[in-house]
Amino acid sequence: MIASVVIPLLKILVVLNAVLVGVTFMVLLERKVIAWTQARLGPMRVGPYGVLQPVADVVKLMIKEDITPAKADPWVFTLAPFVALVPALIVFAVIPFGPEVSILGRPVTLYITDLNVGLLYIVSVASIGVYGIILAGWASNSKFPLLAGLRASAQLISYEVAVTMTLVSMIVSAGTLSMVGIVEAQQAQGVWYAFVQPLAFFIFFVGGLAETNRAPFDMPEAEQELTGGFHTEYSGMRFALFFLAEYANMIVVSSVATTLFLGGWLRPFPNVAALAFLGIVPGWMWFLAKTFVFLYIFLWVRATLPRYRYDQLMRIGWKVLIPLAIANVVVSAVLKVWL
Amino acid sequence: MITFYLLGALILGFALLVVTARSTVHGILFLVADFLAVALLYAAMNSMFVAAIQVLVYAGGIVVLYLFVVMLVNQKRVAHGEAVRRRNLIGSALAVALLAEIGALALHQTIRPVATPGASPGLVEPVALALFSDYIIPFEVASMLLLVAMVGAIILARREL
Repeated sequence: MIASVVIPLLKILVVLNAVLVGVTFMVLLERKVIAWTQARLGPMRVGPYGVLQPVADVVKLMIKEDITPAKADPWVFTLAPFVALVPALIVFAVIPFGPEVSILGRPVTLYITDLNVGLLYIVSVASIGVYGIILAGWASNSKFPLLAGLRASAQLISYEVAVTMTLVSMIVSAGTLSMVGIVEAQQAQGVWYAFVQPLAFFIFFVGGLAETNRAPFDMPEAEQELTGGFHTEYSGMRFALFFLAEYANMIVVSSVATTLFLGGWLRPFPNVAALAFLGIVPGWMWFLAKTFVFLYIFLWVRATLPRYRYDQLMRIGWKVLIPLAIANVVVSAVLKVWL
Repeated sequence: MITFYLLGALILGFALLVVTARSTVHGILFLVADFLAVALLYAAMNSMFVAAIQVLVYAGGIVVLYLFVVMLVNQKRVAHGEAVRRRNLIGSALAVALLAEIGALALHQTIRPVATPGASPGLVEPVALALFSDYIIPFEVASMLLLVAMVGAIILARREL
């Protein structure tokens, strides 16, 4: 009873809360990092150095008036933000945060579940998330959100192909679709897959930026062209859900990248015995540190690079990334068989 | 067993909503929900691979294209008279044909039961092994068919070559 019901529920509770708190502080971090890049201070008023800004933001969003436009489709308009958020949250079910540890003398695995088809589960759940954006654009019954929704879904579908292809080459390297299995394969081979599959790593990172609608691929929310994007007509809590979904997706991409390419909970250079002293840091802390580095790069890119034009974005996706990703699959498969 | 009947009721309920929904977009949304319920049914039968593919291909892939078409075409006109009668006729004929096919399959199954597959039919390794050894010819035929369809769609969509 305790092992099959209570512990999984506790894990889900911990992971969900960690993600949601992480998201609110990501917003603050983003404002701070962009401010530092531009030699500004960023939010400084609420709490010391503005650390309580997220609390103020959350309160503001919750008590704001929540408007449904008169000509909107009310049911779909309310459904869309949830459809956007839920897939981003349930992906965390298969992310391994660490190896098996013992808490109060009881062995506990630091992941909610280890599916045999973990990677496929992530891809299929992520493919549902696109509905949130299309439906938000359609249900608003307003031209700019509709255009933004169409752009966003075209962008997501295009980059999904390239990202899925890189995942196929990861499966070829690891020989398993289980997320835990992939980390264990990196441990057994004594190397992070970022060094084995650098091209796949690069394509995954670029595709991750595009799939989370982040700069330089933040076409769906290009303010100058679309007055704010698919969520233009949203306000209050339903707008906040879209915001949550975007940042939760960033955390998803970072944790998946950490698991696949940076050895998950493994310490740096797991094959070098001289670095064994790094083992005193628990695995889940390595995982969080690597994920944080990834998230920081997301913000850094946003603060640095200008936005691509829409046709450039599509050209990069279809004519550069997808052929490269397919070539990468072929080369890794050939090397796997012959080496 | 209870899960099976619950999910079955859910699937049939959503299917009914798909065909009765006034707005086409709502119908498509119910179709997505229906496909997700089917995926849950597969998952409940421990076929995680089939469940994931069901979500990825049907709920996440094909229906997105449906939605695109419906949103972009946005047909407001409702069919009248003769068109409705013809549509109903074709629809009923197709429904009867489908029912007959399912009935024939069920009958065949009870008379001559097929050997049940191994313990874990939905895991990746058994599916892959079966697909690329025993069923390699159907697999290749299906991929050729998809390739032909793709080439045909490109030729139809391009005005000049």
